[in-house]
Amino acid sequence: MLTIEELTTDYGPVRAVDHVSLEVGPGSVTAVLGANGAGKTSLLRTITGLVRPSSGRVTFDGEDITRLAVEEIVRRGIAHVPEGRGVITELTVEENLRLGGLWRGRDAAPQEEIYELFPRLQERLHQPASRLSGGERQMLSIGRALVARPRALLLDEPSLGLAPLLVAQIMSLVRRLADTLDLAVLLVEQNARSALSISQRGVVLNLGRVVADVNAAELAADERLRHAYLGF
Amino acid sequence: MTKFIDLTLNGISTGAVYAAVALALVLIWRATRIVNFAQGAMLMVTTFIAYAVINATGSYVVGFVAALASGFVLGAVIERVLIRRVEGGPPLNAVIVTLGLYTLLVAAAGMIWGNTPKSFPAAFSIRGYEVGGTRLLFAPNDTFIVVVVIAVALGLAVLFRATSIGLQLRAAAFKPEVARLLGVRVGRMFTLGWALAAVAGSLAGVLIAPSIFLGPNNFDPILISGFVAAVIGGLDSPPGAVVGGLLLGLALSYVSGYEGSSLVPLAALVILIIVLMVRPTGLFSATKERRV
Repeated sequence: MLTIEELTTDYGPVRAVDHVSLEVGPGSVTAVLGANGAGKTSLLRTITGLVRPSSGRVTFDGEDITRLAVEEIVRRGIAHVPEGRGVITELTVEENLRLGGLWRGRDAAPQEEIYELFPRLQERLHQPASRLSGGERQMLSIGRALVARPRALLLDEPSLGLAPLLVAQIMSLVRRLADTLDLAVLLVEQNARSALSISQRGVVLNLGRVVADVNAAELAADERLRHAYLGF
Repeated sequence: MTKFIDLTLNGISTGAVYAAVALALVLIWRATRIVNFAQGAMLMVTTFIAYAVINATGSYVVGFVAALASGFVLGAVIERVLIRRVEGGPPLNAVIVTLGLYTLLVAAAGMIWGNTPKSFPAAFSIRGYEVGGTRLLFAPNDTFIVVVVIAVALGLAVLFRATSIGLQLRAAAFKPEVARLLGVRVGRMFTLGWALAAVAGSLAGVLIAPSIFLGPNNFDPILISGFVAAVIGGLDSPPGAVVGGLLLGLALSYVSGYEGSSLVPLAALVILIIVLMVRPTGLFSATKERRV
């Protein structure tokens, strides 16, 4: 349902995303892997319109959304949890969550649903988000994305800076969300091993190009690709 | 002692006006990280509009409302047409645009209304209250000034703190990109931020006009005082703007009363320098450090 065709993004003379094509369907997780500077973040930023592509197309449910404004793309049901988590530290936890569902109006998920997923957030509801730990911030930004009841979820390095146990928790949660909410998840990760463990497909980027787009289990088993691009 | 009370009351009244100008600057700084050098000229234009409306209708109230309404529209149009193009660019571009706008508005006002200062009516009597046989330097009109500024400041506080529009305004100001990713129409929030700021500025214009006369260049000192007040408060804190305005109003009133009014502009700049040396983030700044 989220289809990317021949997407190309340039920063001046530097080509960050080079003719990338991929597809994510409902209820499935696609991992986008690759080294620093492979173009993973640029790919996500191009999909949600934060960066404009030089060429190519992004379609969602058959509608061409390539040239829409960021707000409009988000309002189609695509949630993007940016790298570094994007929690607004000057606002309280509750305000961050509420903000996520404002455009949905009455159709937004009740905050209780989010507390069920992340009980820790409820304890810290009226504190400024700046007081949260790294793991709590990650929970808040994922929870905030879910308030709007998106149909596609773009996650940019959710494991960044988290302890291994937390990474495992976040990953299994992402899997569960994809299954229970029928979400299409595009998961950008450097932590290839844990990302592949919950994904159906694995896409490997190198210097902006897709060098592999295969079944996740197959990718995890492919020693050549793993050594060359994934570092494990 | 009477003199001290007089100067204090007078300081609160002018401080309220500085607070309104500081609020205008702070709201724009928060929304778009631009120091609006055209603010003085914008509130001059809306005060002229109020003047024209009062002359045409004979009603102060209608003129007062016209000033605020025209401020709202002027702020929104300026953001949409001029500022939108320089937002997110190098800061110098925005500085030049607001300076250019200042020149344009002052010149246009001179062409339309002439350069001779005109007297502007006060809302209420400017004869001071009589307490125990002595007449204070604080009149019903000063009460009006203080009450209106406090009402507007509280209204803005409620809007920002307790409404979903306010939440979006704050989110757009703090992290525009994240706000966008959460579906906030950030562009509209910037426009609204400028419009609200211009309303606060327009308010200051009509409130101070009776005591300084109305002319294209008469509001420049007010902008400087408002800027100093905003910096005292931290430049990005609306409560700080109000407190900064009142503190500056008091300080300048004492300087003027005890040392002479010619020292007032100098004193304002000395206070600015001291604040920047001792506490560069201001009294209420939300950000931990800021480089000016």
